[in-house]
Amino acid sequence: MRLEYFQLIDRIVALDLDARTIEMHAQVPETSTIFEGHFPGHPLMPGVLLIEAMAQTCGWLLLGLNGLARMPFLAAVKEAKLRTFVTPGQALSITGRLEHDGSGFAVTHASVRVEGKTVCEADLTFRIVPFPHPDFRTNMEEVARRIGYPLEITAHG
Amino acid sequence: MSSTFDTVANIISETCDIPREKITPESHAIDDLGIDSLDFLDIAFAIDKAFGIKLPLEQWTQEVNDGKATTEQYFVLGNLCTRIDQLVAAKGA
Repeated sequence: MRLEYFQLIDRIVALDLDARTIEMHAQVPETSTIFEGHFPGHPLMPGVLLIEAMAQTCGWLLLGLNGLARMPFLAAVKEAKLRTFVTPGQALSITGRLEHDGSGFAVTHASVRVEGKTVCEADLTFRIVPFPHPDFRTNMEEVARRIGYPLEITAHG
Repeated sequence: MSSTFDTVANIISETCDIPREKITPESHAIDDLGIDSLDFLDIAFAIDKAFGIKLPLEQWTQEVNDGKATTEQYFVLGNLCTRIDQLVAAKGA
């Protein structure tokens, strides 16, 4: 993770387009300027960034399902539960599952586990729209390479 | 068995916290009920699940933007319910 750059996922672990599920790995850094303020002397991974990590995970699932043809943007966060503190240095397993494939939108469920224990979860809704600019897609391809995403994936049924 | 309209009206009432009695077949979801596009995603999700269909929201939006259709054709609830019935019938055909 590079929190200051909104790089909240490090590596793809599994992507199953038939089951419509994904798993990502993310390592919470030991140090970050964010921990200086959140909180002084008691560093915690901000809950909003855990939600963003879940959104990025589910976003990559949706990109895989549409063959990187269109971009999912987070539209709604529901039933978000932050069950316990996440602290610097912890390894996160982030999973996402497609709940509903709508017309121009998708509903997903995501959760984060630390050492097998669920630390947070949420239902996330995305709008799925054309890439606003070709450079945007190029940037996403660069991110895909960084996280080991299988770019050979094409549009899936 | 409840009618398509009753199901849709109940979904809208529960999703958007609108009193059920204010929702009629003549209501325009946007102009009369004040439902915005994000709330309509929740409604579409619930309708898709309830009827086992996929409302073609993108196609409808494109047609409205292109001037080929009016919002009344899709978002007046009586018309919306007719579209839902057509989609359900097409699914079973």
